[in-house]
Amino acid sequence: MDLLEKKMELKEIQKLEGHTDRVWSLAWNPTTGVAGIPAMLASCSGDKTVRIWQQNTSLPSNPWECKAVLDETHTRTVRSCAWSPSGKLLATGSFDATTAIWEHVGDDFECVATLEGHENEVKSVSWNSSGSLLATCSRDKSVWIWEVLPGNEFECVSVLQGHTQDVKMVQWHPFMDVLFSCSYDNTIKVWAGDDDSDDWECLQTLNESNNGHSSTVWALSFNSTGDKMVTCSDDLTLKVWGNDSATKQTNGDEFSPWRHLCTLSGFHDRTIFSVHWSREGVIASGAADDAIRLFVENNDDLVEGPSYKLLLKKEKAHDMDVNSVQWSFKQENRLLASASDDGTIKIWELASLP
Amino acid sequence: MVAGLINANPIVYEKKERRGRSVPSTADGDEYSVEPIDQLEVFDHIRDIKDPEHPYSLEELKVVTEDAVEVDDKHSHVRVTFTPTVEHCSMATVIGLCIRVKLLRSLPSRYKVDIIVAPGTHATEAAVNKQLNDKERVAAALENPNLVEMVDQCLAPSYD
Repeated sequence: MDLLEKKMELKEIQKLEGHTDRVWSLAWNPTTGVAGIPAMLASCSGDKTVRIWQQNTSLPSNPWECKAVLDETHTRTVRSCAWSPSGKLLATGSFDATTAIWEHVGDDFECVATLEGHENEVKSVSWNSSGSLLATCSRDKSVWIWEVLPGNEFECVSVLQGHTQDVKMVQWHPFMDVLFSCSYDNTIKVWAGDDDSDDWECLQTLNESNNGHSSTVWALSFNSTGDKMVTCSDDLTLKVWGNDSATKQTNGDEFSPWRHLCTLSGFHDRTIFSVHWSREGVIASGAADDAIRLFVENNDDLVEGPSYKLLLKKEKAHDMDVNSVQWSFKQENRLLASASDDGTIKIWELASLP
Repeated sequence: MVAGLINANPIVYEKKERRGRSVPSTADGDEYSVEPIDQLEVFDHIRDIKDPEHPYSLEELKVVTEDAVEVDDKHSHVRVTFTPTVEHCSMATVIGLCIRVKLLRSLPSRYKVDIIVAPGTHATEAAVNKQLNDKERVAAALENPNLVEMVDQCLAPSYD
């Protein structure tokens, strides 16, 4: 990658203020920011609201504006948000044990469904690549899979038990219907369903005995080709995992297990809460040390397998913990959004120094 | 609420004499300069927290001592090590939560606070430590009205 040859900087474009409590999570609308459609970002917070931010390209200095505040639905912290692949629906998971589905109609957002079932805090929500399934997870140790039916109906098709502690995050594979969950029990689990029935089973558990994490796993992200995954943890490391079957497009019944490729340690001083892999291969991480770090694959030594180099470290990216880092889908300008305990969101551009 | 006290007869120690703190020098005359925080200041914030099941303070029960507070002001880091009165104390997480909430309310937001049980003093030490230092679990706990009421009772000022 040519990024390593240049001197890069993470340039702050704008600080978005409005939330009155910590901001937990961010999601870029995948259908925006391209073909003249202004980029859109959702954020959710301990202030029980979701905010929708939109880029106004006619404003050169501070182009990001808050377009909507989604409130009076969740009664506790909104922990997680995710756009459906069509960009029309936004799912939000809350400590109030519910998941809300919001529909974008015109300039408005309307709550069109509330999914109940988890016993306590919902911590993460994720749509599969086709938008036909939604996964949610909770402190109740379970992962639920919901089928999206016509008329904004959602039906729970499976409840996955297996984690022994609260489940911190769920994430679908970028193009296969394989679900990944990571947990306070230090493991990552890989789940897949039968094509004909709604039987979902755990195909693999990545734990300490197969080079996995030694403390809570907070987040995971895939590279654009879906054959690598990065996970981050309270054990202060990032781990990269690889899989061969993703590139071969097999029929699912020939599951090839994920294997540990490398561990990035010694970079973070405190819990790593968020990790996100950009389409062009830059791994961003956000941690409780208030910093954002960027890593890229280092091709110098392929004998030992893949390794990753620190591209840059942005100290004091926020005044407090960084809870979420998300690259925009738009490839031409490398935008990164970050959310923090300090109540703000920042939009950054990864740019090369002259 | 609790059928029997977990530790019915705790040992009560004498409170340490309060020392006056020397006023930090403001020789540079900059009122916006960051004021350093020391061990005693952090201890002062937590010594009067009341035990969840006794009318004594954490200082009187030697759950916290000044020496159990570590401050690295340069790196804005505070670590409090507390000692439950009995090693199977089910109140350990509540005590830890009280310490966390008190410091959250008292210290500037730049401080990173770790709260741990003194090694070897609790049966489920690792589990207690993990829970107390998982901010998502703490945030969820602080949205639980029953727990908040309990914490607020322990943090309420005493007028002795």
